[in-house]
Amino acid sequence: MDMVIDLASKKAAVIFTKSSCFMCHSIKALFYDLGASPAVHELDQLTNGKEMECALQRLGCNPSVPAVFIGGKYIGSAKDIISLHVDGSLKEKLIEAKAIWF
Amino acid sequence: MMANVSPRTDTSADGDIDDKIPAFHNSDGMIVSNASERSRDQKTLRRLAQNREAARKSRLRKKAYVQQLESSRMQLTQLEQDLQRARQQGKYISSSGDQSQSMSGNGALAFDVEYARWLEEHTRRANELRGAVNAHAGDAELRIIVDGILTHYDDIYRIKSEAAKADVFHILSGMWKTPAERCFLWLGGFRSSELLKLLMSKLEPLTEQQMLAITNLQQSSQQAEDALSQGMEALQQSLADTLAGSLAQSNSPGNVASYMGQMAMAMGKLGTLENFICQADNLRQQTFQQLHRILTTRQSARAVIAINDYFSRLRALSSLWLARPRE
Repeated sequence: MDMVIDLASKKAAVIFTKSSCFMCHSIKALFYDLGASPAVHELDQLTNGKEMECALQRLGCNPSVPAVFIGGKYIGSAKDIISLHVDGSLKEKLIEAKAIWF
Repeated sequence: MMANVSPRTDTSADGDIDDKIPAFHNSDGMIVSNASERSRDQKTLRRLAQNREAARKSRLRKKAYVQQLESSRMQLTQLEQDLQRARQQGKYISSSGDQSQSMSGNGALAFDVEYARWLEEHTRRANELRGAVNAHAGDAELRIIVDGILTHYDDIYRIKSEAAKADVFHILSGMWKTPAERCFLWLGGFRSSELLKLLMSKLEPLTEQQMLAITNLQQSSQQAEDALSQGMEALQQSLADTLAGSLAQSNSPGNVASYMGQMAMAMGKLGTLENFICQADNLRQQTFQQLHRILTTRQSARAVIAINDYFSRLRALSSLWLARPRE
């Protein structure tokens, strides 16, 4: 859990993914398209990835990936990110966290 | 001696002169008729016999016909009962999310029926809205109808989500839509970003704030669509790689196990398709809801009508296409 929180606060936009997860691929693509450069942590490629996945689940992430953090705060999964983007909130949060400037 | 003229029932209509000739008794006291009378007797008897036979046959035919009618009636009653039962079961299947076993065989058909029903109701509501707008109804009345339509949209997305669980490929195929609509198919439905582009001109006059908001909405939905498309492409590529990998194996036992393993992996990948449909539908719903937050009641009404008009035209085009003369 500490690992997750630690990594999540290291950059304005942080996404936990798995290399086998194609929805993660979509969310990453969206962030790149917006000009944000998120830190991406692929849980299946990390030694303590399993523990981090459990930690994310305990935080309420369902599915566990993709798990998006902006400004150190857990924002949500794919569905949440898409919903927030449609009503303009995602960009607001990214600007607020200085992940993007416009 | 005068002979007794016994009245004889004679069914013939001809006024035979022989009728007038009376019978007379011979020495034995028997009434003897002459040759022509005898033959007439025989004719009459024959005719009577034939009549009896015809009547008997007619009665038999009538009896057979009535029996046939009665058995058909029983069959019809049975069929009606079966249909009633099937309808009730059909309703149960389509409304319950747990019936994945019974859905899998007729899941596609059940969805098609549900979608047709939903579309009919939606069209009715859109026409009601059109009527209200033409009758210069007030904002309050329009609001009620528009809100009803927006809530009704939620129904089809819920039904679609259940159907995608049962048969994701049917939803993806778009076979439940008309041909011309399928032209524009994206992840099992329409593209919200394209729909917004169509609507822009129809919604004028818009305030500057509204113009900006709708432009942003159009851009956001397009970005989300592109992101989902990229995820799908990655999925397709990965699936192709997995299957190509399994092709390289020979038939040795170790490789059969690896083949099975790769098939299992491919199966897992197919399983994620449902999530993509789910996210695409969520995008459509969210975009629609956001649009109606931006618009006034009257503009919302025009938007609903315009969208309905557009899709009606697409469906009409499909009908024309299907009915076109072929060489």
